[in-house]
Amino acid sequence: MVALGDMVIEATDIEKYFGSTHVLRGVSLAVRQHETVMLIGRSGSGKTTFLRCLNFLEEPSAGHVRLGDLRVDADPLQREGRARRSQIRRIRTQMGMVFQGFNLFPHMTVLENCIEAPIAVKKVPRKQAIETADRFLEKVQMIDKRDVYPSRLSGGQQQRAAIARALSMEPKVLLFDEPTSALDPELIGEVIVVMEQLAHEGSTMIVVSHEMAFAREAADRVIYLEGGVVVEEGPPEQVLDEPRQEATRQFLRRFLSEGARAPTADEPHPVSPF
Amino acid sequence: MTMAADRRSPGSPVPAAEPAEDAIVSQIAAADARRRLRFRSTFILTWILVVGGLVAFLVAVDAVDLAWLQPWAWFIVGGVPLTILISVVSIALAVVFALLGAMGRISTVAVVYALATLYVSIVRGTPLIVQIFFVWLALPQIWPGFGTVDLIWLAIFALAFNYGAYMTEIFRAGIQAVPRGQREAAAALGMTQRRIMARVVLPQAVRIVTPAVGNEFIAMIKDSALVSVMGVQELLWRASTVGKSKFHTFETLLLAAAVYWVLTMIFSYFQERLERRMARSDR
Repeated sequence: MVALGDMVIEATDIEKYFGSTHVLRGVSLAVRQHETVMLIGRSGSGKTTFLRCLNFLEEPSAGHVRLGDLRVDADPLQREGRARRSQIRRIRTQMGMVFQGFNLFPHMTVLENCIEAPIAVKKVPRKQAIETADRFLEKVQMIDKRDVYPSRLSGGQQQRAAIARALSMEPKVLLFDEPTSALDPELIGEVIVVMEQLAHEGSTMIVVSHEMAFAREAADRVIYLEGGVVVEEGPPEQVLDEPRQEATRQFLRRFLSEGARAPTADEPHPVSPF
Repeated sequence: MTMAADRRSPGSPVPAAEPAEDAIVSQIAAADARRRLRFRSTFILTWILVVGGLVAFLVAVDAVDLAWLQPWAWFIVGGVPLTILISVVSIALAVVFALLGAMGRISTVAVVYALATLYVSIVRGTPLIVQIFFVWLALPQIWPGFGTVDLIWLAIFALAFNYGAYMTEIFRAGIQAVPRGQREAAAALGMTQRRIMARVVLPQAVRIVTPAVGNEFIAMIKDSALVSVMGVQELLWRASTVGKSKFHTFETLLLAAAVYWVLTMIFSYFQERLERRMARSDR
């Protein structure tokens, strides 16, 4: 593993209301270069909302995000205009995002998906954009599908292409929003392998996922969120194997019993709620 | 020939048939093909009999004087190029109006939204024939310069303005039918709203609305007949002018109607093919 570097992204006291529902109650996160942070928690815990607040796909109600020398504050009353929007765009160009539903552009080939933003946003010359994209398509083993339209690809291939698209912007941070949740079980592995490779090569990653195996294999830090607050955080072996908080323990117990893991001999078979 | 070639389900695997099975399978396939052919030929025959019979009957009872119509027929059918030209240019211009209208209808700027909504409301709330008269007669009264514009352009403008309003709603629906994740993915890459619209949303929206625009085009061919009131010498104008002056409107209007019918059938055929091709490439 690559040694951790300087602080890359810092989100401070992020709050989020949906109407009167308080989904995030002051969540802070600072991630260092080469670090892989995994956010876990049950659905409704706010983990995805928090991730989406980092690149302002969701407007936080309070708090601020800092990335390098860029800082964008929450603007819940929408007082700020153009200047803030361009700040947000600058932050976004340095933050790649991978979605649960892939969201590849269906009218573009895999390669076109990967070069669209570098050319349009970063003004990279086309030739160079293609070279960069090819390099990342190679890395996610999608180079032989570069001229194919997304509809011809399996879910796992689409997600790997989406990862290459995010990488092609050469971002400082990669955000993964439940990247394997929409995949058939047999396709999860190929995406996880790519993500693990990225983590081991030193990409800075923030991952919302239920893939505990990935957490153990590749995460430097695991954060357990519940009710919009950070309940517990630490190295994966500590949070996952010796959680200090009762809430974390309960979540993991329930989560693991719901998972496909077969019960061992000395462990009673989990009682089905049905 | 095995049944694989006849069956219209390329997705379903064809089991390797035993020789004995093969015989019955090909018999069934042949029977199917015969049934389809019979259905089709009966269909075509029915059309020919009814339409041809009707024409023959009308000629027989002297309702239609084909001998009289013949020299005029070419003059009337000569209006087809103008009918098609007006329809094509009008629909193209209507697409521009509709795009602008749809942008306005999804705008968060209150004035823009209000103007776009007003456009749709007024145009859809008044008869097309009134709008045509308005462009042709009312506008030149308050603005004489308008009267010097070629009639064809006035006709095209009136049709396009009207269809643009209806198609505004088609385009708006198409834009909103593009999944939200597409916008989010583009936004997450740092693209500007304008760029997202131009490169991600609109290309997908256009594919969604293409069938509906095809329908509008076919409707436009028929509605283009309305501009004959302006004296634009398209198909209906020629038919009615000749018919009225010679007291043979039955023949001329029947011919005009037949030509419109054939035109719409031709374009429906192409539209159906286009739709089928697009449906295939979606998969």
